[in-house]
Amino acid sequence: MKVSSPRFKDNAREALADAALRESLRSFTRSFPLKRQEAIARLPEFDQLRDIGRAIKDHSLEHLDFYLERFEAQVTARGGQVHWCRDAAEARETILRLCREAGAKTVTKSKSMVGEEIDLNDHLETHGIQPIETDLGEYIIQVREESPSHILAPAIHLSSGQIADTFRDKHPELPAQRSLDDPQTVLEEARAVLRNKFLNADVGLTGANFLIAETGSVVVVTNEGNADLVMTLPKTHIVLAGLEKVVPTLEDGTTILRLLARSSTGQDTATYTTFCTGLGAEDDPDGPDALHIVLLDNGRSEMLAGAFREMLRCIRCGACLNHCPVYAQIGGHAYGWVYSGPMGKVLTPGLLGLDHAADLPNASSFCGKCEEVCPMRIPLPKMMRSWRERQFEEKRTPARARAGLRLWASLARRPALYRWVMGLTFGVLGRMGRRRGRFRRMPFAGGWTAVRDFPAPEGKTFLAQWAERKASER
Amino acid sequence: MSDARKDILERIRAGLGRGPLAEGAISGLEKNLAAPTRHLIPERGRGEGRALVDRFRAEAERANATIARIAAREDAPAGVAAYLKEHGLPTAIRAAPALENVSWTEQNGLTAGFGQAGADDAVGVTQAFAGVAETGTLVTLSGPQTPSSLNFLPDTHIVLLDSARIFAAYEDVWTRLRTELGSGEMPRAVTWIAGPSRSADIELKLLLGVHGPRRLHILLIDGQGG
Ligand code: SF4
Repeated sequence: MKVSSPRFKDNAREALADAALRESLRSFTRSFPLKRQEAIARLPEFDQLRDIGRAIKDHSLEHLDFYLERFEAQVTARGGQVHWCRDAAEARETILRLCREAGAKTVTKSKSMVGEEIDLNDHLETHGIQPIETDLGEYIIQVREESPSHILAPAIHLSSGQIADTFRDKHPELPAQRSLDDPQTVLEEARAVLRNKFLNADVGLTGANFLIAETGSVVVVTNEGNADLVMTLPKTHIVLAGLEKVVPTLEDGTTILRLLARSSTGQDTATYTTFCTGLGAEDDPDGPDALHIVLLDNGRSEMLAGAFREMLRCIRCGACLNHCPVYAQIGGHAYGWVYSGPMGKVLTPGLLGLDHAADLPNASSFCGKCEEVCPMRIPLPKMMRSWRERQFEEKRTPARARAGLRLWASLARRPALYRWVMGLTFGVLGRMGRRRGRFRRMPFAGGWTAVRDFPAPEGKTFLAQWAERKASER
Repeated sequence: MSDARKDILERIRAGLGRGPLAEGAISGLEKNLAAPTRHLIPERGRGEGRALVDRFRAEAERANATIARIAAREDAPAGVAAYLKEHGLPTAIRAAPALENVSWTEQNGLTAGFGQAGADDAVGVTQAFAGVAETGTLVTLSGPQTPSSLNFLPDTHIVLLDSARIFAAYEDVWTRLRTELGSGEMPRAVTWIAGPSRSADIELKLLLGVHGPRRLHILLIDGQGG
């Protein structure tokens, strides 16, 4: 259990930060939909491609066992290894073991939602291995000991000035008088600091946007190029991927890639899309000596059975967040777990169980915008309603939780009021925290508060509790 | 761990409400894996000839790349030197071994080393396998002749592309790759590159040169263009 040091400086900036957050959420929800629209205007076949993309994913899920086995066979034939992991604990242990076998002290990482899902960084740190996030936004929130507020722009809740303060604090080796006055100088500092880490890391860990059964390829998409440095420089490359990521062929992946960047950032294509296939030939001067692909189930196979299978088509583009009026008001932290916005509202209870649906803000305008923009045509509003009905049937939404969450949502927008009721709120947090464990993913994070990641009284982490509960169910 | 594998496959089949796939079903899937179906290719991924070169150019520039035309491969050193001079960049380059047979140093004031990029290499020069007109994207392959580190470590990324290797759509490049390398064969890394490295993580401002190159310059070998 970790209590991070209070950040009183931030506290003083709180009002400012709140304004900055709201401004960035505002410009975010303005600019991304616009860019998406422009990109789609340049691709008149977009809707047809969505239908094809949906069919590809449905077909892949329908034959998931076959394609995963084929993917594994192809990876193995090219010198890589696939590790099947039933749950978060197994994936954490596997990755820790692989890092130890590689004699790793540091691990460079490119953005991986699944890494957040299994709480990988904490686990590695606890065991003396330093994980280093390399995606610019992820790096910023990592040094601030926060968690991502948006799957595309993890540091969306911070102003450039806040980031500069953080860097002054966290990079004490650099001259105190240096200028960090604008985003460009802040970027330059991150680039310089991280460049050394890229070069010296023992293990590189990436996520995967797709897995290709035909060739055993892992497809990784970034704009920064960080994933490519992560998979090119260290001697060991570990890929952490949800098992729903597999599609049959390069052509299938390509069709869905036409939808991904346009839906998420409104680019025609991301800057870098790498198809990484096995270990290189003997004479390839670059690349790792060992390739491990950690395939995570963690509730996904169970989602195949029921009403939520379609959620497994999700390609994590973020369009549903970018267009969500609720998200625009409260930001990503309010959703309490790695997956936020409409997709989070469906995915989180799917992966963690119904108990955890109650922890999500129960606000939804059911405006239908998310389904309208979802490139994989996932019926998000229908699924949100389904969870809500199930919760109601099983009476899993205690009034206390509902009231608490309403409180969070409204406090999130009134930091001064939040400070005032802080003492009072601790009690609520304690009660609710017994189920959740920690609150760094609540709206109190970011520029809003002096408290980071404070433990729930008497709490084990909720993942630990969850693992225990799972174990006792077996 | 093999227990986990078995459990997961069982859970998947249970979730799908069936046992392992029957022979007949598998052979259909195999067929598609052996000869993948092409899906809809959008209009902007179709066409041929000069139209493709023009589209590639326009799209690459949209993605913040710059392009200069050279008449032949032999003109690459002059093209590189001109670009570096124009931008006041260092003249020591690290080039792909695939380009070793071009005369780099004679008249252009360049110092060239060949092989993978290291931490101190400021300029990387390499050669693309193909270009995709649809989005102005370069396709590069890893390997001893074109080490992938050249694409990511140096500040300045210069890539030679033969205009005869500009294809309309990504799918055309997969087809060509299968023909050249053999079906199912892939180099360790196939990378699509559209412009230089970028991020909008700080206040949603577009910044170039985050971890990868700050600038991407394409030398288009194009005997007939203007
Ligand atoms: S649910 Fe749809 S819109 Fe939302 S992230 Fe997933 S694919 Fe994108």
